Amino acid sequence: MGAGHGHRLHFHGHSALHRAAAHHKVLALLGFMLVVVATPRGWWWAYLAEGVLLGGVVLASRVPLGFLARRMVVETPVLVFAALLPLIAHGERVDVLGLSLSRSGLEGAALLLVKATFGVVAGLTLAATTEPQALLAGLARLRLPHQLVQIAAFMVRYLDVVTDEMRRMRVAREARGFTARDPRHWGVLARSVGALFIRSYERGERVHLAMLARGYDGRIPLDLDRPQAPAVAPRGHGHAHGHAHEHAAAPVPALLTAPAEHA
Amino acid sequence: MSTPVLDVRGLAYAYPDGHQALFGVDLHVHRGERVALLGPNGAGKTTLVLHLNGILAAGAGTVAVSGLPVAKEHLQEIRRRVGVVFQDPDDQLFLGSVRADVAFGPHNLGLRGAELDARVMTALEQVGMAEHVDRPPHHLSFGQRRRVAVATVLAMQPEVLVLDEPSSNLDPASRRELADILRSLDVTVLMVTHDMPYALELCERSVILHDGTIVADGSTRDLLTDDALMARHRLELPYGFDPRTVGPAPGRAPAPAAPAGPTG
Repeated sequence: MGAGHGHRLHFHGHSALHRAAAHHKVLALLGFMLVVVATPRGWWWAYLAEGVLLGGVVLASRVPLGFLARRMVVETPVLVFAALLPLIAHGERVDVLGLSLSRSGLEGAALLLVKATFGVVAGLTLAATTEPQALLAGLARLRLPHQLVQIAAFMVRYLDVVTDEMRRMRVAREARGFTARDPRHWGVLARSVGALFIRSYERGERVHLAMLARGYDGRIPLDLDRPQAPAVAPRGHGHAHGHAHEHAAAPVPALLTAPAEHA
Repeated sequence: MSTPVLDVRGLAYAYPDGHQALFGVDLHVHRGERVALLGPNGAGKTTLVLHLNGILAAGAGTVAVSGLPVAKEHLQEIRRRVGVVFQDPDDQLFLGSVRADVAFGPHNLGLRGAELDARVMTALEQVGMAEHVDRPPHHLSFGQRRRVAVATVLAMQPEVLVLDEPSSNLDPASRRELADILRSLDVTVLMVTHDMPYALELCERSVILHDGTIVADGSTRDLLTDDALMARHRLELPYGFDPRTVGPAPGRAPAPAAPAGPTG
């Protein structure tokens, strides 16, 4: 058991982007995405400018391009949809390699592709240059409702635990000769997901008990991640990367998993 | 004799679904004792533990901690006095760093500032984890997480430490390290365990809980060597382990942080 160091999306580094405050990066990402989404069709120079800007930021972060590229698989569903657009959209047709395609569909697909890629690359760059704890602190600084930050904190804390549980269940299935190859097997997978949900829910209850046992009374302690006295010896042992504003989280353990179906 | 740290009298409890787990439990634990709570699965051990700090409320009978009855109006004080270490450290360590997790309890008790920092560091030093104070719990080994889980409770300076299966899932070295730590602490301990050698090593006294009542209470060595008693209550010694041939348990180890305390 045991998780690797750092989060899978995080790339350890010391670039200016790594050092930048998390809430600034979140705001920059949000602003960039709003501009990208709002850029009208046909303003190709604007897209070019956005692309150059994003490329510059990625290079400045010194995160290897391969690292980002591998994680871009999350974009696949968008790619599939973009590929379908020229076939199913209406309007003026153009012939490409013997296929009759919709011109507006082609344009739409290209736009979708560009916007989605910008979004995914920008998001991955944020994740690669910001520790999850720092990101949570940044969200708290941006006045995201406290409960939401807490839920996100629990998710970060228990993601590895739940994925590990999921992996063990898969290994146990495969050890008994089961591999999900076609839709007929989806029922088994669905039941596994249900079981995982129940387990995670029960863990949420146990976490809650453990919190109660230490006197949890509904108040949320803030900033327990750093020494409390005004000026004490510097921290910075081991693997803390010197983020001064790491953030503590507390309750709502039952909500730590994403909503899942009931078995 | 002084007021017992744990004073359980006639405790009975049935879960809301009607399943009755405890049928009149009587248990006294005195200051400085280390007591093992033995019993087969389903005997009601965890249910009993959850009564000690008021997470479950007694159906009948009473629980008192150093004379203070476990009741709603002083739950907070009860939970300071009774430190429960749960079996799975991943349940106990739910914050982003070791420091935050250890600070959580004392913070709930109202400690702030330098005093809180000192509590955190002292507790971590007691379990030998001070250098990991700023690491996220999920980056620690299982044995280290179990030790931090103990520290989260020590930081509240409890009068009694209640451990649920402290040696479960530990490799032999981590198991021994935890035993050394527990021996070095100057605190009363109630330890729920299936690990008979561990009970013999750490606890002079044991009680056996079976079907919701205490069926035996005595020196650990006497209980473990009473074959008929053990068999009657579904308890077994591991293969090759014979308490009769084991030397006397080691005393309290000299502790780096805690002074050797009184026993008995």
